[in-house]
Amino acid sequence: MAHAAQVGLQDATSPIMEELITFHDHALMIIFLICFLVLYALFLTLTTKLTNTNISDAQEMETVWTILPAIILVLIALPSLRILYMTDEVNDPSLTIKSIGHQWYWTYEYTDYGGLIFNSYMLPPLFLEPGDLRLLDVDNRVVLPIETPIRMMITSQDVLHSWAVPTLGLKTDAIPGRLNQTTFTATRPGVYYGQCSEICGANHSFMPIVLELIPLKIFEMGPVFTL
Amino acid sequence: MLDVEAQEPPKGKWSTPPFDPRFPSQNQIRNCYQNFLDYHRCLKTRTRRGKSTQPCEYYFRVYHSLCPISWVESWNEQIKNGIFAGKI
Repeated sequence: MAHAAQVGLQDATSPIMEELITFHDHALMIIFLICFLVLYALFLTLTTKLTNTNISDAQEMETVWTILPAIILVLIALPSLRILYMTDEVNDPSLTIKSIGHQWYWTYEYTDYGGLIFNSYMLPPLFLEPGDLRLLDVDNRVVLPIETPIRMMITSQDVLHSWAVPTLGLKTDAIPGRLNQTTFTATRPGVYYGQCSEICGANHSFMPIVLELIPLKIFEMGPVFTL
Repeated sequence: MLDVEAQEPPKGKWSTPPFDPRFPSQNQIRNCYQNFLDYHRCLKTRTRRGKSTQPCEYYFRVYHSLCPISWVESWNEQIKNGIFAGKI
């Protein structure tokens, strides 16, 4: 989860998110360099004692400052498209979970092997135990195995919602009448948080998502199925 | 339901519906609906011909894994009442 006053991205829990963090660092460095260059040029312009009011025709400079930005844009676009296609790869999921958004809670269905269906409500402040996270913890977490390709099918029963878990690099809209598919593979166990990411009414801020990722051997023993 | 023995997947051979190249895009609603239709059409055809409906259970497992159960229940209710819009 994010800590207070966090500015950067959360640590990655999936290979795609690792790629996204690297891309973000790459693009941000380019942005910083351009901003620094512009600020420096502005500073020089404001503090120079030189005056020449007859400058005209700077063809070479004009060529350079057209070609160079084009190259910079290509250097940003290539990794970006690489990651875009990477997210679209055909992988072979081992598990399918359905996530259905309601006002204002999520329903999760594990129906590959049986019929486990449960609701996941945010814990109201009065029900928090010491150590629980306000506005983030839920009564029933989504328990999933690590190092397994998992397919999430996301939809909504009423209005638009969005199922997001930043540490996995996931955000998929829950649209009524549509069944959006997203896949991910978690690389490490832990408890990961996300929040509804599409305005959906009064309690939009109060329907979080909590994933509990556990080793595959323990998941197979079936703790998920004992309510 | 998957509590019926005939519909249980063969041991060790079923995990989840595989990638279906007929539905490569993000919106899998057609995948879910098509398997639901195929299951019922398969049941109807094989029952009419007096054959075992065991092969139809593949479609059952696919739509059961992909479709939200509330949709399935409402479609089953419509079929029972004769108002289902799909062609079976």
